[in-house]
Amino acid sequence: MRPFELVQPETLGQAINYLQAHPAAKMIAGGTNLIDLMKEDVEQPQMLIDVTQLPMADIVVTHDGVLRIGALVRNTDLAYHPDVVARWPLVSAALLAGASPQLRNMATTAGNLLQRTRCSYFYDTAAACNKRSPGQGCAAISGHNRIHAILGASDQCVATHPSDLCVALAALEAVVVAQGPSGERRIPFADFHRLPDNNPELDTVLQPHEIITSVELPPSIYAAHYDYLKLRDRRSYAFALVSVAAGLEISNGTIVSARIALGGVAHKPWRDSEAEQALIGKAPGEDIFATAASILLRDARPLHDNAFKIELSQRAIVHALTRAVSGSQRSLSPELANRPLQ
Amino acid sequence: MTINGTAHTLQIPVWTTLLDALRLRLGLTGTKKGCDHGQCGACTVLVDGRRVNTCLMLAVMADGAIITTVEGLGGAEGLHPLQAAFIQHDAFQCGYCTPGQLCSAAGLLAEGHASTMEEVQEAMSGNLCRCGAYPNIVEAIMDVIKQKKTHATV
Repeated sequence: MRPFELVQPETLGQAINYLQAHPAAKMIAGGTNLIDLMKEDVEQPQMLIDVTQLPMADIVVTHDGVLRIGALVRNTDLAYHPDVVARWPLVSAALLAGASPQLRNMATTAGNLLQRTRCSYFYDTAAACNKRSPGQGCAAISGHNRIHAILGASDQCVATHPSDLCVALAALEAVVVAQGPSGERRIPFADFHRLPDNNPELDTVLQPHEIITSVELPPSIYAAHYDYLKLRDRRSYAFALVSVAAGLEISNGTIVSARIALGGVAHKPWRDSEAEQALIGKAPGEDIFATAASILLRDARPLHDNAFKIELSQRAIVHALTRAVSGSQRSLSPELANRPLQ
Repeated sequence: MTINGTAHTLQIPVWTTLLDALRLRLGLTGTKKGCDHGQCGACTVLVDGRRVNTCLMLAVMADGAIITTVEGLGGAEGLHPLQAAFIQHDAFQCGYCTPGQLCSAAGLLAEGHASTMEEVQEAMSGNLCRCGAYPNIVEAIMDVIKQKKTHATV
C-alpha cells in the first residue's frame, strides 16, 4: 500500500473542509472495499479522511414511519435491527445475502452505496479500463465478460454494480441524503447511481465535496410480500450473477402495487416502471410475472459470454415474485429469507 | 488498544493494517495472513467482541479497541471450548486457516444467530479452508452450540 496521510475530523463541517482542500483525499469508514483497492493500487489517495467519529451511526424510525439509516450504520446492525427485520425485511434479506459476517461487521451503509465494481479488468492495473483510467479503453468488452452488464452498458464500460443492499434500496425507493459545502441534498435512489455513458469513472451523482449522511426509506409497504433472490456461482459469499428484489402489495387477491429491481446486470440496480405497472390490478400468477419480466428485460443486450444472464434474469424474476406472493406465510428470519432456490 | 487483556501503545505508520501490527509489531503470529484481501478469513480476530478481517482494517482505526486474537481464546493450559472441539473433531489438516476459523466461530457464538448446521455453514462462509476440513469444522462448532444450550437449560 502506498503511504498516505490520515485525518480524523470530529465534525461534518471539518470533513467537508478536508474534501475541499484535498482533491486527492478519500473518505474511509469500514474500509472493506477501499483498503483492498489501495492494496491493488487501483485507488491511490494521498489522504484518508476517517469519518467514523462523525455522529451518523443511528437507526431511527420517525413518527411518520420513515426509516432513517445513518451513513455509518454497519451492515450487521442494519440487517438485525428489530424494526428493519419486522418492517423492511427486504433490506435484511439483501444485506445477509452479501459478503461474510466479518465484512458485514465492518462495512457501512454509505460505503455499500459507494463501493466500486468487481470487474476483474478494473482491478487489473495492467488492463485497459475507462472506469479506472478514463480514455484507456475497455478490456472487458473483448475479454471475458461473463459477469458483466446486459442492460444500460455503453461502448466505454460494461461493468456492473456489485451491491445487494442497493438492489433492495432501489426497489423500496430510498432517498440518499448528502451534505455538501452549500447544504443538504436529497437524491432519489433511482438517480443516485449513474449509467456509464461516456464517463464510467463516475459511479454516482455524488459531488466531490459531498458526504452521505443518511439513507431514508419510505414507510413499509412490502413486509408481507417480498423476496430477495440471489443467484451466484457458489452458494454463499460470492457476488450476484443476477439478483432480484421484489415487493408486492396484494389486496383481495389483486396486486395493488409492485416493485422489481434487478441486480448484477447493469451499472446500477435496474428498474422499469412499465414492468411494475403491468402487474397492477392483476391476480398474482406466473404468466403475468413472465410478462413483467419480459418488459424489464426488453432492452437487454448480451456480450459474448453472458447471454445466459437474460434467461436467468427472466426466470429469477418470475421465481422471486412467486416466492413474494407466499412471503407472509414464511418465517421472517433473515437467515431463512435467503434460502437456496428450490 | 487492549489485546488479549494487555494494553499496548504503538507508534506505527498509518498505512499499517491491524493484521500487520499484530503479526509484525506485537509478535502475535497466531493470526494468519492468507489472501490479504478480505476473501479468506484467515486474519479474523474479535474487535470489541465482533469478528472482523484484520487485513482490511487500519490499525490506527482500532485505536482504543478491545481485541481478542486466537492467542487470547485459550492456550495449552486452558483450551477454549471451540479449540477443544476442533481437536476432538479433527477439524483441520494443515491448520493455516484454523486461528481464523476459531475466532470467527467465537464471533458466531456471541452473535447467537446460528443454531442449525445449515445456519452454521452460512455463518462460517467468510472462512475458507483449502484442505476442505469443512464438515468437521461445522461439526465442532455444532458441538459447542449444543454444549452451550445444555448448560443454559440445566
